[in-house]
Amino acid sequence: MSGARPVLPEARVVVVGAGPSGLAAAAALRHAGVGVVTVLEREQAPGGIPRHTDHLGFGVRDLHRVLRGPVYAARLTAAAAASGADVRCGATVVEVGGDHVVLADGTRLDADAVVLATGIRERPRSARLVPGDRPAGVLTTGAVQQLTALHHRDVGTRAVIVGAEHVSFSAIWSLRHGGCRTVAMVTPLPRHQTYAPLRWLTAGLRRVPVHTGRTVVEIVGRPRVRAVRLDDGTELACDTVVFTGDWVPVHELVRRAGATMVPVSKAPATTSGFHTSITGLFAIGNLVHPAETADVCALDGCRAAVSVLAWLTERRWPQAPLPMAIDDPAGTVAWAAHTSRGVTVRAASFGAGTLELLDGDGEVVGRSRRRRLVPNRSITVGARVGDGVGADTAVVAVRRRG
Amino acid sequence: MVTSAGPTYDVVVVGGGVVGCAVARALSHHRVSVLLLEARNDLGAGTSKANTAILHTGFDATPGSVASRLVARGWHLLRAYAPTAGISIEDTGAVLVAWDDEQAATLPTLQHKAEANGYPHARVIDAAEVRELEPHLGPGVTGGMVVPDEHIIDPWTTPLAFAHEALANGATIETSFDVEGIDVGPEITELRATDGRIRRARFVVNAAGLQGDRLHRAFGLDGFTIRPRRGELIVFDELARPLLQRTVLPVPTSHTKGVLVAPTVFGNVMLGPTADDIDDREATGSTAAGLAALREKGRRILPALLDEEVTAVYAGLRAATEHSDYQLQAHADLRYVVLGGIRSTGLTASMALAEEALSMLAGEGLALEPSAEVVSVRRTPLGERDDRPYRRGGRIVCHCEHVTEAEIVTACSEPLPATDLDGLRRRTRAVTGRCQGFSCWAEITTLTGWDPAR
Ligand SMILES: Cc1cc2nc3c(=O)[nH]c(=O)nc-3n(C[C@H](O)[C@H](O)[C@H](O)COP(=O)(O)OP(=O)(O)OC[C@H]3O[C@@H](n4cnc5c(N)ncnc54)[C@H](O)[C@@H]3O)c2cc1C
Ligand SMILES: Cc1cc2nc3c(=O)[nH]c(=O)nc-3n(C[C@H](O)[C@H](O)[C@H](O)COP(=O)(O)OP(=O)(O)OC[C@H]3O[C@@H](n4cnc5c(N)ncnc54)[C@H](O)[C@@H]3O)c2cc1C
Repeated sequence: MSGARPVLPEARVVVVGAGPSGLAAAAALRHAGVGVVTVLEREQAPGGIPRHTDHLGFGVRDLHRVLRGPVYAARLTAAAAASGADVRCGATVVEVGGDHVVLADGTRLDADAVVLATGIRERPRSARLVPGDRPAGVLTTGAVQQLTALHHRDVGTRAVIVGAEHVSFSAIWSLRHGGCRTVAMVTPLPRHQTYAPLRWLTAGLRRVPVHTGRTVVEIVGRPRVRAVRLDDGTELACDTVVFTGDWVPVHELVRRAGATMVPVSKAPATTSGFHTSITGLFAIGNLVHPAETADVCALDGCRAAVSVLAWLTERRWPQAPLPMAIDDPAGTVAWAAHTSRGVTVRAASFGAGTLELLDGDGEVVGRSRRRRLVPNRSITVGARVGDGVGADTAVVAVRRRG
Repeated sequence: MVTSAGPTYDVVVVGGGVVGCAVARALSHHRVSVLLLEARNDLGAGTSKANTAILHTGFDATPGSVASRLVARGWHLLRAYAPTAGISIEDTGAVLVAWDDEQAATLPTLQHKAEANGYPHARVIDAAEVRELEPHLGPGVTGGMVVPDEHIIDPWTTPLAFAHEALANGATIETSFDVEGIDVGPEITELRATDGRIRRARFVVNAAGLQGDRLHRAFGLDGFTIRPRRGELIVFDELARPLLQRTVLPVPTSHTKGVLVAPTVFGNVMLGPTADDIDDREATGSTAAGLAALREKGRRILPALLDEEVTAVYAGLRAATEHSDYQLQAHADLRYVVLGGIRSTGLTASMALAEEALSMLAGEGLALEPSAEVVSVRRTPLGERDDRPYRRGGRIVCHCEHVTEAEIVTACSEPLPATDLDGLRRRTRAVTGRCQGFSCWAEITTLTGWDPAR
């Protein structure tokens, strides 16, 4: 094994998921001197979602450059390998605890700490309860990306994209790879939710109309999609429908382990140091905050390594974290979670206001004035907090004013 | 004269749903030649794939009816057969729940009805006992009745197991053969497909489900008309499974068994079905009104269920007729047997219906001599409680449902292979889980070579 000389040669940490957050955590743990770091990944290759995302936009905050997804994934994979982490692919974890994991074939691995980095998925059509026929041609961005970037397959000719957040616009690119033209986008919100430049580069240049304030009320066609119908009666002819965004954490393992969850985001509640409510079990990346960019997730991994190390050496676990309370009678704020950059807050509707982070004594430990709160978009509020072990510095509530 | 029609079979079974497959299997155990014709490109792809998958005791049937007798008999037969054939089955039991005083008042009558149906183990219990059995039920329970012998079963494997066994015992199976015309001759009946192909048989069994009345008319007969009764269903994520131990039934009405909440052998929880009389025999889509109604009912029955993620929504069509009972008829002059109007219990009754069909055929003069040797076929069980292949290693392709590459390859190469995603789903569970292909669909299209947009 290469890498730093272990300062905790006997310690073993298991990381579940080899996406940006898991790979970065593994490398950081090895560099910090943890003897054995095993990364378990269910796919056949490490890299997580960026491995499937063949466009620019990765690595800004962690690697300080702009890379394509697969290149970014390859760099993190190489860094983890160079650090001496043992990355095992085709290894599906079916059960976790604070001191062990169980693989699909029943193998049990004991560990001094377990870091969950299982990421997210998009809510599919069924989970959104969109009525109508059940034809072929109804996909998610995740499937489209893999089909076009990884497997070089065609998907259809005319697509309607459901959603208008970042990933929805990036889906236009992925569809184009697969020879499919986007004919319309549909969002129930009054405006799209991405940055103006991304909207312009994708939908703008191709004159893709964005139907705002509209929902898809029916999918029509057997055996292939023929159209989608909107709530105002409009029928959009298409042979492909892509459901985008609307993220759900891949939270099955952490929920089954009995961790405290955040109701709206369906993510595990963590401290700012990514401790869950289960002693020895950490959670990082988009599993905790659905969804931030990959660099933020990778930096979670680095930050979590500090808490893991503290746990391995001091054996102190903080009071079980609770979901951050939301104090916003207007209902603009949906949920909040810790990220490597502070606290990320998700708006449920467009608005403006000042977001304040409060600690257990009601002291304001972070504040940010926002002219625009945009749903489905990351809103980060920096906070003066520690590693989450001391209750005095924990953010317990988010308050919106004005 | 017509050589393209091929051999003359002793029996042609029309319809490869669970009933037709059960009939073909039973016939294949005898020294007769059997042909099963299915209009779709796969077996079990009609109503038989879209039901609530309960092996009913028949406690709530109409006493004295044909359905009452055959559901009770079918329960015994399929319960015994399932474990031998790799059909997952779980002995969960059921509790029927009353939600107001009026419903509670009918419980003793229901218990008597169960007894009249030959089922002695139903027992009325009070609200506190119901709550003890199912602590997650919503408020307002006024009483209940336990039905300990209701089982849950794998509805997808059942017809496929029957069909593969029939095949192994010499039956011939043709899919994509949509029977349109019937010509009954003095000794031989010709069956003509929509594309003109012809098959010939001495005897014909009509197990055409939703199209049973049309085929019946093609024999110049009348007497029942099918009006589909659509049932929409919502399937919830496996994380919902701890919310209940057994099937939770409502007090039935004359129109429908009502909306139930049931565990599935795949580890999910199912909410449904609705009951809407419709005209379109293909309308297996879901509706906004249906889903809203289910969610409202579900919220009352098991409030926490509604917080869980949904993995699938679908609808099945019951072959309802103007009669409340099954329509079983033998027409010796036409060498014809019809198993019609098998409405909402056909999965349970399938093996008993097959027995019935064979005795009707024998009554019409078909010699049914048992074969010297019968081959049995065991499929890999799909149930969550069974020993699934992934637990013995192997590359997992569908991560939500833990389906291995080997299972996918087998499903596409077995004697009656999957030819599309729907067929693969029913043979392996692939892409039936919470991500609906977000992580595996691309990989599967590459493994199978299928058009991703299909
Ligand atoms: C279409 C699209 C476009 C995007 N564009 C950008 C962009 O331009 N820039 C950017 O920075 N970000 C982008 N992102 C976001 C980026 O992909 C995510 O932020 C990042 O992948 C999250 O990393 P993660 O480690 O939390 O999870 P993931 O990358 O999701 O990795 C989780 C890993 O865990 C594995 N896993 C899950 N469960 C188990 C288990 N039980 N056993 C073993 N392994 C398991 C999974 O297989 C997966 O490999 C995009 C995302 C999408 C979908
Ligand atoms: C919502 C719902 C819930 C249910 N729940 C349960 C339950 O919990 N337990 C239970 O026991 N039962 C249940 N049932 C009932 C059960 O599903 C049916 O009774 C059973 O599937 C009927 O099987 P079948 O073979 O008669 O019909 P089908 O499955 O419809 O099969 C008939 C087949 O015949 C083919 N066919 C039709 N016409 C032709 C033709 N002309 N030529 C060639 N092929 C033809 C069709 O393509 C079809 O495949 C439920 C039904 C529904 C709709």
